[in-house]
Amino acid sequence: MKVTKDLVAASATPMVLGILAEADNYGYAILRRINELSGGELEWTEGLLYPLLHRLERLGYVASSWQSVTGERRRKYYSITSRGLTELAEQRRQWDTVVDALKGIWLGLGDHGSLPAITLECRA
Amino acid sequence: MTAQEGYEELESQFAQWRHYVEGRRELQSSDADELEDHLRGSVDGLIASGLSPDEAFLVAIKRLGSLDDLSREFAREHSERLWKQLALTGRTGGSEAGPRSRRDLWVMVGCAAGAAASVKAPELFGLRFEQDGSFYGPNFSLFALPWLAAYLGWSRQVGHRLIAILVALFALGAVAANVYPLADDSQSVVVTSIHLPIALWLVVGLAYVADDWRSSRRRMDFIRFTGECFIYYVLIALGGGVLMAFMFGTFEAIGVAPEEFISQWLMPCGAVAAIVVAGWLVEVKQGVVENIAPVLTRLFTPLFTAALLAFLVAVFWTSAGIDVERQALILFDLLLVVVLGLLLYSLSARDPLAPPGLFDRLQVALVVSALAIDVLVLLEITGRITEYGTTPNKVAALGENVILLANLAWSAWLMVKFLRRRTPFADLERWQTSYLPVFAGWAWVVVLVFPPLFSYA
Repeated sequence: MKVTKDLVAASATPMVLGILAEADNYGYAILRRINELSGGELEWTEGLLYPLLHRLERLGYVASSWQSVTGERRRKYYSITSRGLTELAEQRRQWDTVVDALKGIWLGLGDHGSLPAITLECRA
Repeated sequence: MTAQEGYEELESQFAQWRHYVEGRRELQSSDADELEDHLRGSVDGLIASGLSPDEAFLVAIKRLGSLDDLSREFAREHSERLWKQLALTGRTGGSEAGPRSRRDLWVMVGCAAGAAASVKAPELFGLRFEQDGSFYGPNFSLFALPWLAAYLGWSRQVGHRLIAILVALFALGAVAANVYPLADDSQSVVVTSIHLPIALWLVVGLAYVADDWRSSRRRMDFIRFTGECFIYYVLIALGGGVLMAFMFGTFEAIGVAPEEFISQWLMPCGAVAAIVVAGWLVEVKQGVVENIAPVLTRLFTPLFTAALLAFLVAVFWTSAGIDVERQALILFDLLLVVVLGLLLYSLSARDPLAPPGLFDRLQVALVVSALAIDVLVLLEITGRITEYGTTPNKVAALGENVILLANLAWSAWLMVKFLRRRTPFADLERWQTSYLPVFAGWAWVVVLVFPPLFSYA
């Protein structure tokens, strides 16, 4: 099962903000962390991640700084700002609402036994 | 392959990849840094899991996806990068050109201010911009073009010899405009007013090409510069018109009449300063946006060709001779100038190595139909001139016609040869660039020799 593009895009902002709320991080590691958290089910591309990070930076949700790593390599680290934390809380509230509503529907359906396959998959 | 070689190979692959990335204008060098770090992280991870450096690079690149997709996503977030900004004070991110371009800006402002001051200077001697048309007409280009030449000369660090030549030529222009005892209403004043700017513009060209004045490429650059400069000037003039309209309206509304300020100060000063600004803009924005002149020629070449062919067909269909009035020769001169302009600016933007195509055929049609029309006009008009006698106006117009005709006829010949793949395209370009001195020579002859020749009529 692969998560659809629309859903990936919709969940991208809270995902990145959430990861940055754990610790400051850089692009490649953020991508790996998403991969790890979703068990490889979320297909993120660089074309999604970096423009998103830049947009969040423009909106003031994250700040960036260049740090040098081995040799001449420079790495751009992102950290969440207080505005970003507020946004994350707001997004989280919205997502909780959506998830709760969906759970309500699916568990209700399960009780009536009309769509057992979905219920099973949902619980699995 | 040893591990060491593998890593060296990897570095060169990174360098090559970076080169591609930096070629994308959606991606800035800081983005390239970030993506390179990502790619390296990805490659390191893959090597750690057992792949060879070569394989790891291929897999990592594949995962990154095509550069097109990546740039598209970046462009969606950074759409402003596609609209390259013409920064007035150095660009953000690129600090190399900073102090240099700022100094450039100040020199330009100085030259523009100098032009504005020089156009007002004659007022100290009691000459008025509105009333003394016979002074300002021939002299107008002398207030603007030396300053533009000064700016170009400064930015190219021209040598002393060239400076001396430029000063001498501008002085010669001043002599031609002012020394001859021409009556205010004489034809020669008008003829000089038209030809001196052409002569002086080519002097500006000398400053533009600087030490490289024999080089055909540099002369072509000057032709490009001329076209772009003209377009910028027209745009600035349009903006200036809007500014004046608003000034007029708003001040009028509070009972202050700004006519005198506008006509005495804003218009003359703005007109000369804008020439310097236009020249500077062309210099600064080179490569920032697509050149406009070639785009316009692409648009209008088919339309002009159709119009001229329709005119020719109509002439033969109705078998009516062209009614040559006094203004007709000048009209057809202007037509030839337009055709030459269309030709020049599509030449200037053409890839010299591209094979002949449909557009080149269209241009031959354009030039040949213009020539045919012009020959008809010349046949009609030569009789009239001998009939009515010569005036500086007529001789100048006739001379221009002959010069343009010669240029276009030989161009047409070269183009036909190029279409049949007998000559390289470069011949056509060289013909046009080597013709520039002919225009300059003729303009100087008209300005310097015509007034005494026609006894200051």
